[in-house]
Amino acid sequence: MTRILVIDDEPQIRKFMRISLSANGYDVIEAETAADGIAAARGQSPDLLILDLGLPDLDGQEVISAVRESSDVPIIVLSVRAEELDKVEALDRGANDYVVKPFGIAELMARVRAVVRQRGAKEAADAVIEAGGVRIDLTRRVVIRGGEEQRLSKKEWELLEVFARSPDRLLTHRDLLLKVWGPAHVDNTAYLRVYVNQLRQKLEADPSQPTLIVNEPGIGYRLKM
Amino acid sequence: MTDDRDNRPSPEALLAEAQREGRGRLKIFLGAAPGVGKTYAMLQAAHERVREGLDVVAGVVETHRRRETEALVEGIELLPQRQVEYRGRSFREMDIDALLRRRPKIALIDELAHTNIPGSRHVKRWQDIDELLAAGIDVYSTLNIQHLESINDVVEQISGVKVRETLPDSVLATADEIEVIDLSPQDLIKRMEEGKVYVPEQARRAMRSFFTPGTLTALRELALRHAAERVDRQMVDYMRAHAISGPWPARERILVCFDEKVDAERLVRAAKRAAERRGAAWVAVTVETAVAHIVTEAEKDRMAAAMRLATQLGGETATLQGDDVADTVLTYARERNCTQIVVGRARRSGRFGRWGKSVTDRLIERAGEFTVILVGRDDDEKPRPPSAPPVPTQSGWRTGLGYGFALIATAIATGLGFLIDLWLPIANISVAYLLAVMIVAMRSGLRPGIVASIASFFCFNFFFTEPRLTFAITDSKNILTVVFFLIAAVIISNMAARLRMQIETTRENARRTTNLYDFGRKITAAATQDDVLWAVVHHVAVTIHGKSLTLLPGAVGLAIAAGYPPEDQIDDKSAAAADWAWSHGKPAGRGSTTLPTAEWLFLPLKTARGPIGVLGVQMIEGADTPSPAQLRLLETLADQAAVAIERTTLVADIEEAKVATERERLRSALLSSLSHDLRTPLVSIMGAASTLISYDDSLDSNSRLDLAQTIQDEAERLNRFVQNLLDMTRLGSGALKPKVDWVDLHDIVDAAVKRTRRLARHHTIRVDIDSKMPLLCLDAVLIEQVFFNLLDNACKYAPPGTTIKVWAVRATDHIAIEVADQGPGIPPGDREKVFDMFYRVQAADSQTAGTGLGLAICRGIIEAHGGTIKAEPGLHGAGTCIIIHLPLPPDLDLTAKEGAA
Repeated sequence: MTRILVIDDEPQIRKFMRISLSANGYDVIEAETAADGIAAARGQSPDLLILDLGLPDLDGQEVISAVRESSDVPIIVLSVRAEELDKVEALDRGANDYVVKPFGIAELMARVRAVVRQRGAKEAADAVIEAGGVRIDLTRRVVIRGGEEQRLSKKEWELLEVFARSPDRLLTHRDLLLKVWGPAHVDNTAYLRVYVNQLRQKLEADPSQPTLIVNEPGIGYRLKM
Repeated sequence: MTDDRDNRPSPEALLAEAQREGRGRLKIFLGAAPGVGKTYAMLQAAHERVREGLDVVAGVVETHRRRETEALVEGIELLPQRQVEYRGRSFREMDIDALLRRRPKIALIDELAHTNIPGSRHVKRWQDIDELLAAGIDVYSTLNIQHLESINDVVEQISGVKVRETLPDSVLATADEIEVIDLSPQDLIKRMEEGKVYVPEQARRAMRSFFTPGTLTALRELALRHAAERVDRQMVDYMRAHAISGPWPARERILVCFDEKVDAERLVRAAKRAAERRGAAWVAVTVETAVAHIVTEAEKDRMAAAMRLATQLGGETATLQGDDVADTVLTYARERNCTQIVVGRARRSGRFGRWGKSVTDRLIERAGEFTVILVGRDDDEKPRPPSAPPVPTQSGWRTGLGYGFALIATAIATGLGFLIDLWLPIANISVAYLLAVMIVAMRSGLRPGIVASIASFFCFNFFFTEPRLTFAITDSKNILTVVFFLIAAVIISNMAARLRMQIETTRENARRTTNLYDFGRKITAAATQDDVLWAVVHHVAVTIHGKSLTLLPGAVGLAIAAGYPPEDQIDDKSAAAADWAWSHGKPAGRGSTTLPTAEWLFLPLKTARGPIGVLGVQMIEGADTPSPAQLRLLETLADQAAVAIERTTLVADIEEAKVATERERLRSALLSSLSHDLRTPLVSIMGAASTLISYDDSLDSNSRLDLAQTIQDEAERLNRFVQNLLDMTRLGSGALKPKVDWVDLHDIVDAAVKRTRRLARHHTIRVDIDSKMPLLCLDAVLIEQVFFNLLDNACKYAPPGTTIKVWAVRATDHIAIEVADQGPGIPPGDREKVFDMFYRVQAADSQTAGTGLGLAICRGIIEAHGGTIKAEPGLHGAGTCIIIHLPLPPDLDLTAKEGAA
């Protein structure tokens, strides 16, 4: 059974998450403070962390770093809207995804499922990815859409490969720029915009309504499975 | 100006200050006589220091067995005294070595004037103290005034007692602090009679004569005066060391006054010498009377030069206004505590038109308490004709031209004379000459006029009186003619010259009036305060041919509000002068009496409500300071400017009041909006939730779902409202700064459409973005909020089933975006107001009424991006179309994109 550690200081929020997560068949552990949370993350080896960034004793960001020191357990961050920088920082520190508060339970469940699936799929990272009618063969370096092989430039392929190796995972602009263009270009988001656009033109059914590579405003992109 | 150095810290003063550092401080408790309570005061001060935690040790304290004093010794460490044998007797002396070893912070050593027992290290106790001070120990000591060396003889005269223990004046002079312990003679005598004053047995009788009211009063005065002198000196030292400009307090001040008729520089130098001899301060004054009189430019220059000389020689200067010169000077002299007045020797020719006593005579007559010093005139000083009107001086070539003109006119008149001579008697020829004289005097002034008169006289005599071609006159009638002619000619030239002066003055006045009129017109036309200030500085700068500034009080003192030519900084001294002018409401800075070494002259801008700022001027060509005439004009301009500036300030005040009212209106609108918009969803949520809890069993699954859906919808509505409020607050506080980055407009619109999906269940949203749309440089999150708010509004107002269109295109010089709905549209009068906070178009259906914040937020965000947003009717006049224009993004350089790997 998948075990989820919820770290949030608000009992009402913990309560409704416990109820809904349990109802979806997850095993829930709760922690009220950052210290308890870090201890639980180390001692009880959860399969997933749901972490509120606004904790009373320690900044949630620090919790991410502390957990990442010893474990690569997936982390979903809960944060309020309009604090994009916080979300980006959390993702850069190693969080896997975020959910904006206030949120509907369906949205949270979708993220939880995606992250859990991602974890399961990790071992098979060299396999073939199928998403939105597009087939990406990472070993043969081939992309096929609608039965036709798509010709990608070197950079386009490199970018798509980064997406394909972390399907469904939110990748920050910085993440993508670092992996594809190198550390000197982590701020040149314009490169990314242009290449994402080119990929969409080649891979999306309707490039103006993208469903494969979706945008997370101010944060990054995600390859939707 | 050479007097800049006056304000530099003097090296000697700084040196003296520096030497004092590291040295202990000497504090002297000074009294007029024994028994005033010096030791008591010293001990009290010591206790205070002990309470402050300082290390205080008593070296010597003479309590003379007074109970109160002895009680005070308690709690202060008393160093044992040294026993000294002298001539078979044993004396107790202060143990200086023990004190130096002990090294307290403060040592108490009574009786500063004490003479040590022979065989001690020093002869006098003050020498011991000097050593302690040199070692860095602070010393508190006591002294009676009669022990002071320099007044030893005076004390003997007063009291008949010869004081043997004396103290050099320098010790008192170098003391860091003096506290005068004062007690009235009556009280002291009473204490004496009560036996509370210690008097040695052998001196008891002598002391009787000492403790009389007369002696004590005299001694008391001596003590107080010494202390007061020291305060003065210290103040001056301090001010010199810190380069603070005068006025320095001094006991004596010498005043020198002069007008344009005397040798002012000579008077100034005399005053300076007198002041030097007495170690007094001095001030040079002139008086401007209200009675108009003509002062030539040369005289004005001489006066200005004398004033500058006075400043250079270290004197103060003042220009006084008053009708009666003598009275004005005397009043000022009293105000400034002057003791001596230096004036020039009396002249019969007082101010123009004033007969009778000279100013000097009247000054001496009324001087009363003042010592008046009369300074004689140099014999070679040019004598002036009595009551002669002032001669306008001109530049050399113009004067030469005047004389030339005089001769030419005379020659012409002579030619005319020959013509007249043919037909008329010779007396008529004089008319031709008189005409010439008059024209010359009118055109070129008095002296050429006189020259013309004399030349005419000789020509007349030479050419026309018998015998002709000689200067001899035979006919007695002709003698009378030529003599009368000369008199008439001189009088006419005099009158004509005066007329000329008057014309000049009238012209000057006309210029002044025109100037003022012009100024008035300009500042009346100026609407805003900035306009007024600019008009003021521009006009003033042009008027004086120099630079001009206005300074108005800001958050931290005066700040430059306008300058012509623009100036944003002034030197420190000028800033100080400006502050002074502002706080005292009097001119300060260059050319004035306060801080005359500053680069600028500042005039206060005064209104009935008090000063509102200062006007600064600086000459750049010609004179160093504005001439008196310019100064008078400047003062008038300053008054007008002040009124005009005040007017704009009042307008600003009214504007501010309006803004405050508006703010109040917004606040109440916000409150009503909050109570309505927060409560409505809460009511639905609570209602639905409580229904679910109470009637769960009796509800079918559809109803339960419906209620849960209600809770979710309303909670989302509440969330949107809170988001809007937060955004608005951040916009309002200026905290909402766009974090721009390259973004794809598709992505933004897409995200906004997704967020609106649930709200737009009953609408169709069509997005049409130009395929050539470049990447934009925007804050993606904020712009998404704009689209969300616009779509939200469209969904709220457009009837279900209609289409909402988002359309974006790249125009030549901007990005155009439109969001159009098919709703009822916005009435023309409301199209601008909808972007105001809390403004809502009156909707018949209150259900759809929003918070009134959405569009205000949109406008705030779009304007923060440098764009515009407006509302217009949609296609064919139906519905609403919100049109956004955003600036084109900067050119994007993507050359490195492929090669960067």
